[in-house]
Amino acid sequence: MEQAQKNMLLKTACKVRMGVIEGTTEAKSGHPGGSLSAADIITYLYFCEMNVDPKNPKKAGRDRFVLSKGHGSPALYSVLALKGFFDFDEIKNLRKIGGMLQGHPDMNKIPGIDMSTGSLGQGISAAAGMALSAKVSGDSYRVYTLLGDGELEEGQVWEAAMFAAHKKLDNLIAFVDNNDLQIDGNIADVNSPKPIDKKFEAFGWAVFEIDGHDFDQIEDAVNKAKQVKDKPSVIIAKTVKGKGVSFMENVADWHGKAAAGEQAEQAMAELKSEYERLA
Amino acid sequence: MADIIKKATREAYGKALVELGGRYKDMIVLDADLSGSTKTGDFAKVYPDRFFNAGIAEQNMMSIAAGIASTGKLVFASSFAMFAAGRAYEQVRNSIGYTHLNVKIGATHAGMSVGEDGATHQCNEDIALMRTIPGMTIINPADAVEAYAAVIAAAEYDGPVYLRLGRLAVPVINDDSYKFTMGKGIVLREGSDVTVMATGLMVNEALIAYDMLKSEGISARIVNIHTIKPIDEALITESAARTGAIVTAEEHSVIGGLGGAVAEVICEKYPVPVLRVGTEDTFGISGPAADVLKYFNLTAEQIVKKAKQAIAAKKN
Repeated sequence: MEQAQKNMLLKTACKVRMGVIEGTTEAKSGHPGGSLSAADIITYLYFCEMNVDPKNPKKAGRDRFVLSKGHGSPALYSVLALKGFFDFDEIKNLRKIGGMLQGHPDMNKIPGIDMSTGSLGQGISAAAGMALSAKVSGDSYRVYTLLGDGELEEGQVWEAAMFAAHKKLDNLIAFVDNNDLQIDGNIADVNSPKPIDKKFEAFGWAVFEIDGHDFDQIEDAVNKAKQVKDKPSVIIAKTVKGKGVSFMENVADWHGKAAAGEQAEQAMAELKSEYERLA
Repeated sequence: MADIIKKATREAYGKALVELGGRYKDMIVLDADLSGSTKTGDFAKVYPDRFFNAGIAEQNMMSIAAGIASTGKLVFASSFAMFAAGRAYEQVRNSIGYTHLNVKIGATHAGMSVGEDGATHQCNEDIALMRTIPGMTIINPADAVEAYAAVIAAAEYDGPVYLRLGRLAVPVINDDSYKFTMGKGIVLREGSDVTVMATGLMVNEALIAYDMLKSEGISARIVNIHTIKPIDEALITESAARTGAIVTAEEHSVIGGLGGAVAEVICEKYPVPVLRVGTEDTFGISGPAADVLKYFNLTAEQIVKKAKQAIAAKKN
């Protein structure tokens, strides 16, 4: 990846992280930890990969993105706003009465959202349905979905994994945001979904493993996944929960808690300092 | 009296899907390993490229249906009512209901008339579950003629529809002149002493009850409520005003089904006695369908009994 493009991505993802903090702090609720860990992947998809048009969010033939871990919505909303789907100021009204940005993605209220999600396990199925639909009508668009690693504990994920492989949905690319933490603690302690790679392999998927904060690796994995024929791909992205805010990193408690007061100020200061460093 | 022809509503569902497959070139049908029983297999034979088997995985199937529908295609997803409305309730609620996507759920083998398979497969809760989902349309056809028309109408409507269909061959009570209007009940017999509002296979029982009541000098109005949501409030209140008492009849729990829906309207709009015929907060039991229906008093005789009680309960 060229340095200019990488710098653009780094700066954009940094702004996305500011949106995550601003939105959840304003809302006094939400899920900053898993939004920060997923920020780089979603930023890459919308700014480098997906064929979407902010002026025509329902454009026929567009690529689709389904945030199966719907609680990562602050990251997705920030990306969509920066991409031009709606005004970035909407982030201030996240989770508020009268604001359009619901706690979890809503396809009927928010431009750019392709599927309402939030109840874990359902997004990957919906994404597989979209991919199947494209196959039936010969459309060339791709469908991307992003799962949490804790989400892999939902049985429906594996129903969908079986279905997508059996129907040879090579136009479906799933990411696993593998930050190793869920609400109640480490995924390995709660009810381990590991080994994630071997499970997907056994279900008939092409598996790639990357550092989910390295744009070169994200790009490389997506390009390889796009070359896979007759099977869906999963990119298991090792990430850091709370990435970019020092005191949130690798702390499960920040799964579903917003920063307030001095902590919110510190988080924004850290992100602003990082943004200035990049600029 | 002409010979009674019996046909299962699921048979009509299969035939209607084939008709619709020709009409809607991008229509897709899903099933969860029950295509022979739900009759989606009829569609699969004619349009194999637009039929997909999700296997024994109803939850995934419902969200898959939502994903397909989100791309603009018409989707029918089928399983037994127990698994379509029961097991996959939350997928129907969040993936299909909340999104208000154009998915039609063809739920067969509903109610006690599943018979021999017994309680784990006799779904008496599906209407109650589906009624709680905002924007969900629920249709419970009385016979094969009505079922066929309802499936066509469901396809023409943009939004989620729950089609409640039966395993058992039931008397065909409608003829070729039948017209289906979603949300509009049908007055089958006029009467002045009591109204019997029935749905599904209990509509035929209500017609039998009409004759039994008539022979005892009781004039019953018989209404077929095929669409349980949105419920025909106007016809319910008008019936209450006209006859002063109502009996509901359904092959479903008395909790949350047609009886519940009618009682809700009557309580708020025009209070009169409402008595409910249905399964009385109980699980099912194995046996031949006809025997099971009798065992749970899903009969004309029970409608007659409740009709008399309802009339007696009227305030003079």
